[in-house]
Amino acid sequence: MQEKLFAITPGLTEASTHYCPGCHHGIIHRLVAEVLDELGVLDKGILVEPVGCSVLAHNYFAMDTIQAAHGRAPAVASAVKRVHPEAVVLTYQGDGDLAAIGCAEIVHAAMRGEKITTIFVNNAIYGMTGGQMAPTTLEGQVTATSPFGRKNAEAGRPIRVAEMLATLDGPKYIARVAVNKPANVNKAKAAIKEAFTRQIRGDGFTLVEVLSTCPTNWGLSPVKANQFVEESMMPYFPLGVYKDEEGKQ
Amino acid sequence: MSEKILIKGNEAIGEAAIRAGCRYYFGYPITPQSELPEYMAKKLPAVGGVFLQAESEVAAINMVYGAAAAGARAMTSSSSPGFSLKQEGISYIAAAELPCLLVNVQRGGPGLGTIQPGQADYFQATKGGGHGDYRLLVLAPNSVQELFDLTVEGFDLADKYRMPVLILADGALGQMMEAVSLNVKTAPPVAKPWAVTGRQGRKETNVVNTLSFDKDASEQTNRDLKQKYDLISRQETRCEEFFTDDADVVLVAYGITARIAKSAMEKARAQGLKVGLLRPVTLWPFPAADLLRVAGTAKAFLVSELSTGQMIEDVELAIRCRKPVYFYGRTGGNIPSTEELYQQIVEIVNKGGN
Ligand code: SF4
Repeated sequence: MQEKLFAITPGLTEASTHYCPGCHHGIIHRLVAEVLDELGVLDKGILVEPVGCSVLAHNYFAMDTIQAAHGRAPAVASAVKRVHPEAVVLTYQGDGDLAAIGCAEIVHAAMRGEKITTIFVNNAIYGMTGGQMAPTTLEGQVTATSPFGRKNAEAGRPIRVAEMLATLDGPKYIARVAVNKPANVNKAKAAIKEAFTRQIRGDGFTLVEVLSTCPTNWGLSPVKANQFVEESMMPYFPLGVYKDEEGKQ
Repeated sequence: MSEKILIKGNEAIGEAAIRAGCRYYFGYPITPQSELPEYMAKKLPAVGGVFLQAESEVAAINMVYGAAAAGARAMTSSSSPGFSLKQEGISYIAAAELPCLLVNVQRGGPGLGTIQPGQADYFQATKGGGHGDYRLLVLAPNSVQELFDLTVEGFDLADKYRMPVLILADGALGQMMEAVSLNVKTAPPVAKPWAVTGRQGRKETNVVNTLSFDKDASEQTNRDLKQKYDLISRQETRCEEFFTDDADVVLVAYGITARIAKSAMEKARAQGLKVGLLRPVTLWPFPAADLLRVAGTAKAFLVSELSTGQMIEDVELAIRCRKPVYFYGRTGGNIPSTEELYQQIVEIVNKGGN
């Protein structure tokens, strides 16, 4: 008898995604869905999705979902968790959504120690709107709104979200991971699992920042995009665990 | 015997909300409505509710969006500049057809304006405020008792029609103290099978979403909303009338101004002048049919508001410009006196109502 080696995880629907070839959203979706399934909480899961490329995530996750206004997912999720404290609540947000227009919402949800998990997908650009500069765009990076390369003197230095939020007391687990190669995928899954485990335990706010690709707007092939993550993003956005505090608040 | 207490307007809204089963309040402090969040902060924990002071009005309204989507009775309150900040979220809540209660205790504007009472958010409340084709059911109380009653009813109407209901008050009503009977008549709870709760064994997922890439589906959404709004116009339009049957001059005013208008009307009646008052209780839907009927016999209308004249447009539209409409307003925190309004009435009467 043949052994089944790979199948759709129960946390995802059978819909094929609209993401571009080589985009990491699909991998990250799969990891989140696998983790929630392995933790046995799919039935309690509530996804708050952002504005941006993952605005249609409700078509892919087999979970109850609320589509939030641009940047407001942490505020929405804060209320949802207080209405349903037993639920496992996550926001899935990109860098434009979380680090620009929704910066206040994420900082304050983290500060309050909301018992939610944020999956923060950082690809250093605005994807859906056509490749404009994000707060995470690297110095010198060419985008639709930084056609001569981002200049720190004008635009400031890119925000390191994991490091910034780790300075607060509310978060209990913050890590930055990547999914550009199998070893990193495994580490990313472990970090995502740790974040949800902490939420289920009631520790406090948890966030996993995932360095991700946007081959389409970077103008790179999927292979080159993976290299860009490794060679250009990781030196400025180092992988690692930025906050790891035990115990309830 | 019904329980009666002396209570401040803003606090009466809070007490009514709690008695109506609201357990989630999200807001941000702003004068002249801060007694309301303060009241909720004090009272909600004892009934197992949640008071959460948001980092901004923007966050507060999105918390309401989340709690309402999750199936809870939730509310927020603010005053004019703060209410402007909530418009994005209100448009989303209307689009997602989520029930919730909103309160705007208006102050004078525009800009930071004054912390004194105003009624210049009428356009914002009744014509949109946020983007897109949506309406709020707008209730305009004119006493502390009505702040209480309409808050309770507002939650029921929100559930019944799955839409945000706005209590449009003003700083004078919010700050005044009056005796209130705490009799609560709420409708039986409405099932919310659409609520986002986590699937909990459900096969299908519940999704609260306001985005559609399909232009036909998007148009259908707007048609469906319009159909609901038409139904509400037929079923929920409300106003109060005094002596409109034989009045030559009919005052039109809502909220705190309606009380002053009523005193002016009574003074005029005592002088033998045929004056009436029509007070809209719902500002949207606007009591246009009632005004049109009154226009059959009245010679002129006098609109009064704490603005430079916003409701006047709705009155003129309602009566199809068949009779002259005069306006008298005070703004920026000043309120007309009974005498001022009475003088306006006398002038109109002296002109023969034309
Ligand atoms: S635009 Fe970029 S982020 Fe969006 S789906 Fe395509 S590759 Fe992914």
